[in-house]
Amino acid sequence: MRIVVDSEKCEGHNRCYSLAPELVDVDDYGYASAIGDGNVPPELLEKAQLAVDNCPEYAITLVNDDGTPAES
Amino acid sequence: MTDQMPQTPPVEDWTSDYDIFDPDYLTDPTLIWDDLRNECPVAHTERWGGSWLPTKYDDVVRMARMVDVLSSTDPIVVRPPENNAGDPNAPESGYTQAVNAPPISSDAPVHTWSRRLILPAFSPRSTANHEPYTRALCHQLIDELQASGDTTVDAATNYAQQIPPRVIARLLGIDEGMSEQFTDWVRGVLELGLTNPPLRQKCRDELREFFMAEIKDRIANPGEDLISELLAAKVDGEPVDLLHVAGTCNLMLVAGIDTTWSSIGSALWHLATHPEDRERLIADPELIPTAVEELLRAYSPVTMARVATDDVDFNGCPIKAGDKILMNFPGANRDPEMFDNPDEVIIDRQQNRHVAFGVGIHRCAGSNLARMEMQVAIEVWLERFPKFTLDDADAVTWAGGQVRGPRFLPIAVDAEAQVPGATSVTT
Repeated sequence: MRIVVDSEKCEGHNRCYSLAPELVDVDDYGYASAIGDGNVPPELLEKAQLAVDNCPEYAITLVNDDGTPAES
Repeated sequence: MTDQMPQTPPVEDWTSDYDIFDPDYLTDPTLIWDDLRNECPVAHTERWGGSWLPTKYDDVVRMARMVDVLSSTDPIVVRPPENNAGDPNAPESGYTQAVNAPPISSDAPVHTWSRRLILPAFSPRSTANHEPYTRALCHQLIDELQASGDTTVDAATNYAQQIPPRVIARLLGIDEGMSEQFTDWVRGVLELGLTNPPLRQKCRDELREFFMAEIKDRIANPGEDLISELLAAKVDGEPVDLLHVAGTCNLMLVAGIDTTWSSIGSALWHLATHPEDRERLIADPELIPTAVEELLRAYSPVTMARVATDDVDFNGCPIKAGDKILMNFPGANRDPEMFDNPDEVIIDRQQNRHVAFGVGIHRCAGSNLARMEMQVAIEVWLERFPKFTLDDADAVTWAGGQVRGPRFLPIAVDAEAQVPGATSVTT
């Protein structure tokens, strides 16, 4: 499972960063990006889902390793 | 403050004659929004210069993204006053009364570069630098409340309202002693002045003159503050126009003060009236950040405005060029189609795409700072006053229109249970 941040949609709310700082970082302007390749270890799956479910811009998604959208 | 709001004729039909300054709307607009969502999801009024009011989450979000036809050049919920404040015998102001507070009052391309200028000052990392000061300030305010020996304290005036003006003053490199003056100006521009054009004009003019003087001072004596940073910034190799800098300073003050104190006040009102939530947060302070998001959703303070630059049909509503549209973020956040049990505050709500800070390109630039101030203010209050209740529910007064929140909030604090300050305050 990977977390993906759509930088076109991100407006810098920083909800994901506060909920899942292990998975998402923000730049000096507050815009988010996935850390590394976005890999979500099983123990962080719940946090990843919170990051998805609290983004007002729908900028964050979880995808399977083959790139297909993950069921939430 | 309801007692200072104007007397307006009672609303007969909210779908075609709503009044955002009506006492019922100020005290609790949720039932009004519920009715409107069912009967007329985008309402209209001729009051206060005329406007449209969407009440559904999807509509508010869609409108917030229609930046090509819904301009931010006049984001205040009522029209600007005439230059003589509507009185032909009054002296003319030397300034245009339309808002100059970029980036909030601008569209692309000015919006794009002027927003980038200020975002680094409000990033999560920059905001964290202001946390120790904010925490010490909150403790100091509670030291004063506890030292007074009063068993009932006005948590709006003597706590919530005291925090943001000082944090913003510090950010701008302005003496903290100005905070009372800031409060008066902001209420004059954004609260009392909305229905009192001469007051609004006076405060706007004073604010602008104050900031132009501060700017001149920083040009001579640059410091480690946001005004100095803006003056040092270059856009396309050129320094930023001084009136633009003054406008952005104006934004810091007007957008950063009563918005946040309203949120802090509403949060304390909620905790004073919901002991189960208060006790849960005291038992589990790690819930506070999630609770803050939920309180922001349930008691969103800010309604912004847009102006149509062209005729546009929105779900059959004939919006005309020049019409004002109210970005009803508070109403959107109570939409049952978006949120389960929207009128229930669930302090550990897991799915919460609230738009209290707006959505799209105009997302509140200061949201991280506001969030930090709320979290710290609530944390410190709960730590120092673990037991409190509302002293007199009927005595609470609410301001609204652009920014909704309590302005008089009498809270009875249990003197037996209060916790004295542990450390001396250093700022």
